[in-house]
Amino acid sequence: MAHLETSENAPSSEAELSALIIKSHAEKIPLKIEGGSTRDGLGRPFQAERSLSMRNLSGITLYEPSEMIIGAKAGTPLRDIEAALNEKGQMFAFEPMDHRALLGSKGEPTIGAIAATNASGPRRIVAGAARDSLVGVRFVNGRGDIIKNGGRVMKNVTGLDLVKLQAGAFGTLGVLSEVIFKVLPKPETTATLSYKNLGDIQAVQMMAKAQGSPYEVTAAAHLTAGLGRDISRSFIRIEGFEDSVAYRLGELRRILSKFGEPNELRGDDGARLWTGIRDVEFLLEPRDTMVWRICVKPTDAPILIKELQAQLSFTHYFDWGGGLIWLSCDNQSLDAAKLIRLAAVKFQGHARLERAPLELRASLDVFQPLSAPLMKLTAGIKKSFDPASILNSGRMYAGI
Amino acid sequence: MGAIAFPKPNTDIMLHRSKIIEGLGALLPADSIITSEDERRPYETDAFTAYRNMPLAVVLPRTTQEVSQILRYCHTHSVPVVPRGAGTSLAGGAIPQEDAIVIGISKMSQILEIDYDNRFARVQAGVTNLAVTGAVSHEGFFYAPDPSSQMACTIGGNVGMNSGGAHCLKYGVTTNNLLGVKMVLLDGTIIDVNGAAYDAPGFDFLGLICGSEGQIGIVTEITVRILPSSEGARPVLFGFETSEAAGEAVAAIIASGIIPVAMEFMDKQAIEICEAFAHAGYPLDVEALLIIEVEGSSLEMDSTLAKIIKIAKAHGVKTVRESKTALETAAIWKGRKSAFGATGRIADYICMDGTIPTGQLPFVLKRIDEIVKSYGLRVANVFHAGDGNLHPLILYNVNDPVEARKAEEAGNDILRLCVEVGGCLTGEHGVGIEKRDLMNVQFNSQDLEQQMRVRGVFDPQWLMNPAKVFPLEGRVTA
Repeated sequence: MAHLETSENAPSSEAELSALIIKSHAEKIPLKIEGGSTRDGLGRPFQAERSLSMRNLSGITLYEPSEMIIGAKAGTPLRDIEAALNEKGQMFAFEPMDHRALLGSKGEPTIGAIAATNASGPRRIVAGAARDSLVGVRFVNGRGDIIKNGGRVMKNVTGLDLVKLQAGAFGTLGVLSEVIFKVLPKPETTATLSYKNLGDIQAVQMMAKAQGSPYEVTAAAHLTAGLGRDISRSFIRIEGFEDSVAYRLGELRRILSKFGEPNELRGDDGARLWTGIRDVEFLLEPRDTMVWRICVKPTDAPILIKELQAQLSFTHYFDWGGGLIWLSCDNQSLDAAKLIRLAAVKFQGHARLERAPLELRASLDVFQPLSAPLMKLTAGIKKSFDPASILNSGRMYAGI
Repeated sequence: MGAIAFPKPNTDIMLHRSKIIEGLGALLPADSIITSEDERRPYETDAFTAYRNMPLAVVLPRTTQEVSQILRYCHTHSVPVVPRGAGTSLAGGAIPQEDAIVIGISKMSQILEIDYDNRFARVQAGVTNLAVTGAVSHEGFFYAPDPSSQMACTIGGNVGMNSGGAHCLKYGVTTNNLLGVKMVLLDGTIIDVNGAAYDAPGFDFLGLICGSEGQIGIVTEITVRILPSSEGARPVLFGFETSEAAGEAVAAIIASGIIPVAMEFMDKQAIEICEAFAHAGYPLDVEALLIIEVEGSSLEMDSTLAKIIKIAKAHGVKTVRESKTALETAAIWKGRKSAFGATGRIADYICMDGTIPTGQLPFVLKRIDEIVKSYGLRVANVFHAGDGNLHPLILYNVNDPVEARKAEEAGNDILRLCVEVGGCLTGEHGVGIEKRDLMNVQFNSQDLEQQMRVRGVFDPQWLMNPAKVFPLEGRVTA
């Protein structure tokens, strides 16, 4: 769908945004909200008569390094924000995933989209997801009302937490106009231990042991053989002040000694590795596969994989100590998709189709279907924000 | 007191009390329903003791099924319900109204599952906060949110209020430590929101439920993250000659890249009260005290503390005292955690809970002092300095109605100040009835209407804890 961009659909203030939505609400014109358009391929294909570009709502509105708080208009490129944070030695703790490589998209991801998609990375296991760092939002609901929720302080329980509802709602509950995140100091030093030749089960055991230790593991991932190397590699990351990192590396080597002698990665090598794991770079090729993002409790991950391997052939790796399975399958049939989703459900987890051709995304649920009562509540909540169903409707679930 | 109004009791319900009790009695074992006046009395109020109402009856279900049956009955007969954990709310979140059934979760106190490999515990909602840590500490794990009332307060109540604690600077509050819940909707429907996996699918119902103050359902089972305990923890006392200097030291520590596990502030009044109670060795010759706790191996703690002490010295710290033994550590925390109780020994008090941007600390502390003095009252300040969550304790005499009214007004002025400087009304205690009528200070009508529309998805009739959170005027009913 090609959209002509005019000033009319690229508001430069919250008031203009509100006016545009009031009009769309009255005329029942469905809108497609566009940030940097780097995640267009994620979610259900949906029809919208008009696009709504956030490009003119841009700029950092608040940055207090000593309060560990940053706020920005939703259309601000993430790159600009990370540059500002970097200058003060700070970062987003949740390591936002960049979808460009996986989805083959161009453009600049925006901060609003990070909030709207709840995009997180390897540090999620200790720092939480994007939703855990998001402390305040301003948004325009489907009636055109300008709403604020949360704020610029990190402890706030005043009223219902609509901040969390907006995080991960993919723009279906409002157009975010401004977001405020808490941030953390960047670690002085990062080190990664790399264990060789562990099977899936052993790798998850190793990662559980490390994560259950007092040594503050901030990432744990397992790349199966064939991904980057011809042997499997399992990684444990620790971060902090140099002397503390050195001490914890020693302790981890000791308690994990039965898993073999690890290599140690430092500096750029380690950083590139974790960016690759975050952005699914190990499953980019071949491009004609479907890629799934499956969440289960970590110790179930190897069992799920083993059961699924009896039915399908695919490539996979684990992040989040096994709590996140990335899976690429060249059989892009509906039947194969159903098998994958059934496996996730069997283990009380959930699966999202992260990359697939449009036709496949149009013919099955991209997001994990919910139980009937939760689906009913979901529809009710959608209606409470967007009664005419004009905001990104259908991107997550049909009719939502 | 009495400035905060409750909705007028529904006389129709009051008239049918015995029939309602009969109806509920048919659903529950006899020992799960409390009807006599004497036995209902403990449920009249919570830790916000200035207000009390006798509920219609109290039910104490043991299972999710029983909660479902009770709610279905109340929904069918339009009877208001007030969920209750341990009744430790400082905001009046569990105070009933005369036409309501109190649903207490105290009999749902089983720990259902502990999984160390996957680091979670699944518990019934009536399990106390400290009992979760108690159940996993022998394996070197703990549950992180630690409200001062953690001996008594329930995990269900913590979810209701999104409770925090002294250590959330590093570990987050309840919402950051939840993986899943089982919840009963008003019509009796039981829903499971996620389980032990990360990132619940769909809208973030967990985030919505946490902190919803018993207005959208009753949570009966909760899956929480448990974390490995650090090798050691050591609190250090830093005494400063002015609050400003203490506040600047806090900002400088954070700017240096150190996130201590806790940074607690006490002013002179609070130091004196707590020291008299806990004999923790707090310095009495300073105006402001910071308790800064670091974690890790002794080597790591030594190293981090050296950095912190250097910063504190640059900001003119007068006294530095490290805890040398577990006993000292316990005494230091006992003093801080019993600040409310110790204050209660010398006077009645109301406890505020606003949060402010930490950069505003010196200004706000000065203004709090001026505000409280202008009402002829005294204030003791204890708070979480790292995150700006204030707890001014306004001292007054509960038996003096004029003074009580003044205390309430001074508290309201302080909360308005918190909002004015960019903060909020409540950082961890919740709105309850206490801050309900101030919601318009922080939110405009559109903000509140959107929240009420979401609430309406779960309870369009306003039957669930209806006196709380939203001002009685301007309520959205559908």
